[in-house]
Amino acid sequence: MNAKKKVIAMLLAGGQGSRLYALTQNVAKPAVPYGGKYRIIDFALSNCTNSGIDTVGVLTQYQPLVLNEYIGNGQPWDLDRMYGGVHVLSPFETKEGADWFQGTANAIYQNMRFIERYDPEYVIVLGGDHIYKMDYSKLVEYHEKNKADGTIAVIDVPKEEASRFGIMTCDAENRVVRFTEKPKEPESTLASMGIYCFTWQKLKKYLIENENANTGSKDFGKDIIPSMLANKERLFAYTFDGYWKDVGTLDSLWEANMDLLSPSVPLDLYDPKWKIYARHNNMPPQYIGETAQIENSMITEGSNISGKVDFSIIFSGVTIEEGAVVNYSILMPGTVIKSGAVVEYAIVGENCTVESGAKIGISPEEIQNREDWGIAVVGHNVTVSGTAVVKPKEIISENV
Amino acid sequence: MSVNNNVLGLVFASLHDSTVIELTKQRTMGSIMFGGRYRLIDFPLSNMVNSGITQVGVITKSNYGSLLDHLGTGREWDLARKQGGLHLLPPFSQNVGEGVYRGRLEALNNVWSYVEHSKCEYVVLSDCDYVANINFEKVIKQHMETEADITVVYGKYKYSEESGSCVDVLEMDEEGRVTAVLIDPLLSGECKISLDMFVMKKDFLRKLVKDAASKNQYSLVRDCLQPKVKEFVIKGYEFDGYFSRIDSVKHYYEANLALLKPENRNQLFKPGAPVYTKIGDNGPVKYGLEAKASNSLIADGCIIEGTVENSILFRGVKVGKGSVVKNCILMQGTNIGADCSLTAVITDKNVTTEDGRVLTGSDSYPVYISKNAKL
Repeated sequence: MNAKKKVIAMLLAGGQGSRLYALTQNVAKPAVPYGGKYRIIDFALSNCTNSGIDTVGVLTQYQPLVLNEYIGNGQPWDLDRMYGGVHVLSPFETKEGADWFQGTANAIYQNMRFIERYDPEYVIVLGGDHIYKMDYSKLVEYHEKNKADGTIAVIDVPKEEASRFGIMTCDAENRVVRFTEKPKEPESTLASMGIYCFTWQKLKKYLIENENANTGSKDFGKDIIPSMLANKERLFAYTFDGYWKDVGTLDSLWEANMDLLSPSVPLDLYDPKWKIYARHNNMPPQYIGETAQIENSMITEGSNISGKVDFSIIFSGVTIEEGAVVNYSILMPGTVIKSGAVVEYAIVGENCTVESGAKIGISPEEIQNREDWGIAVVGHNVTVSGTAVVKPKEIISENV
Repeated sequence: MSVNNNVLGLVFASLHDSTVIELTKQRTMGSIMFGGRYRLIDFPLSNMVNSGITQVGVITKSNYGSLLDHLGTGREWDLARKQGGLHLLPPFSQNVGEGVYRGRLEALNNVWSYVEHSKCEYVVLSDCDYVANINFEKVIKQHMETEADITVVYGKYKYSEESGSCVDVLEMDEEGRVTAVLIDPLLSGECKISLDMFVMKKDFLRKLVKDAASKNQYSLVRDCLQPKVKEFVIKGYEFDGYFSRIDSVKHYYEANLALLKPENRNQLFKPGAPVYTKIGDNGPVKYGLEAKASNSLIADGCIIEGTVENSILFRGVKVGKGSVVKNCILMQGTNIGADCSLTAVITDKNVTTEDGRVLTGSDSYPVYISKNAKL
């Protein structure tokens, strides 16, 4: 019999990511490309492996094909373990019938048998749509030190943004006294990051109770945390002070990519002690042509650049021809920008072709009414013809 | 593909080490870095895997630490398998006194039990001194059809006496049968040269190996092919794609820079026949505010703040602000400080230069800086 695991992680990757529209038509949000050679989920998976957590359940539901294939046996993250490792957990049928995951708590509830196999002391619950580097072992240490039942990772947010988050009010020992979801007048600026550490036996009790109570939402933020607080369980806030970004919207996805180009943003992809792992596709090094002009950008393997690139993130296998201009944009894998095309302040999805003469997006300086400005988005596998103009804020997912 | 379950690949990772002595000081031929993110052994291994060969033995000799580290379990070449897969064959001293072989046949005699026990009818032999993307399926097919004893892969090459050492020039008749093998002949002009890749039946190879051992012979070319062109049916298979030969530091330099030409690069990195290598998990290349790059091949993990022209940068190279790198090959982990100027320089792994250093070689004689050097 295998020994029990002290900590296992459950990664909620079922989100449809409806606010990412064109980019999540066929893939779940955690599988959306980010940062030149990653997908969003790489951060959580790499954090697990770098924190010494070798057992991870990934809960999928919406469009799981790409995500399943991407995770595979977990080898790129060192999560192909003899005992433990990464497991993709999809909704399944039982004698009582089949159910979709109804909320975050219900998703964990439905997979209690997976957790019980490892008989863990602690379970870490993670979202699959955040960009951050975090040592979960410190979270567990903190949880143990406080003899906590639950520990919620929090980040200090600017006061004016606090009403967008779940806000924790804590006492002097960082014990949570109140939790309010999206308060109009926030009492504190400590926002929940959607990262929890629970003592498993305690969580199990609350999951079962919540399931039986049938609240409808079956959610950690709406149900589990409030009922634990109501019963005076020991809940603590663990303050995280690194870079953390929710990439739930197209704007925030674009910003999070641009953050990588800012010297003042503390998200280092080059730290050998905390590598972010990803599945690779065996492409040759990037070729930078004679006519290329590249400044302040990130470009990865298999790309062929002969045009002008400024403040942009270029994924693998992208071609930018001579005479093409790409500014402040994100070009996802396999996309081709033909000579004479201009792409500015835009996200262009995978395997798109932007024909010569096409114009995607515009700089905010060139627009009179700033209210009209926003990034332009082209979904995956789209051909943008030479006469097409994709306006700011416009989102297209079919050939134009 | 099924036919190739019947084929064993054998890669000689440590032949020709002495031709590029600077680069093999701390490694062996197969682990010499090439093309920005590869090592020479990646090419024969990928060729075999892309040809459906799923059992490969890698025969090493000395300085093979970096090779073992690179190959690991063979997973990156899809050769971590229960049936077949990758086998590392370091020197084994059962048959030869010191265990260090002198040529292919002696090396094979040392590891013959591995070859004998592999389930195969044919063997494909390849060295690591030619860089090419070649499909062995076609070679094997021709070998079967012609019923030759040995099929040797050759390419057309502008040869001259200065071409380097141990060039095997082939003469052939109209049917493609090899009539003579000349080693470093006094010739010049376009010649057919052996690319050091051979196909034969395992049973035939066994005879060659055992016969050579009984006579204290060791060289496949000198002791077998050359004297026995009349006795054996040796056929040539023409490889007409792009290849380069690594037999001196100068040729190593030229072969790397040749990849800047798209016609060469596109023949080496073909869709459908990728070149596999160990994954480094580096971030994307980061270009700074004042970066300038042109006509260069740049691997992931590089951070470019200065100017890079006509160069090959391996993984994790840093080029500081105000520095200019021209016609250079900078291997993995090279760290160039600020305001340096490097022209026609090869830096080995983890070379660091302080700010303001100036190094100038020439295209015909590039400066080579050895591993871990600090300037």
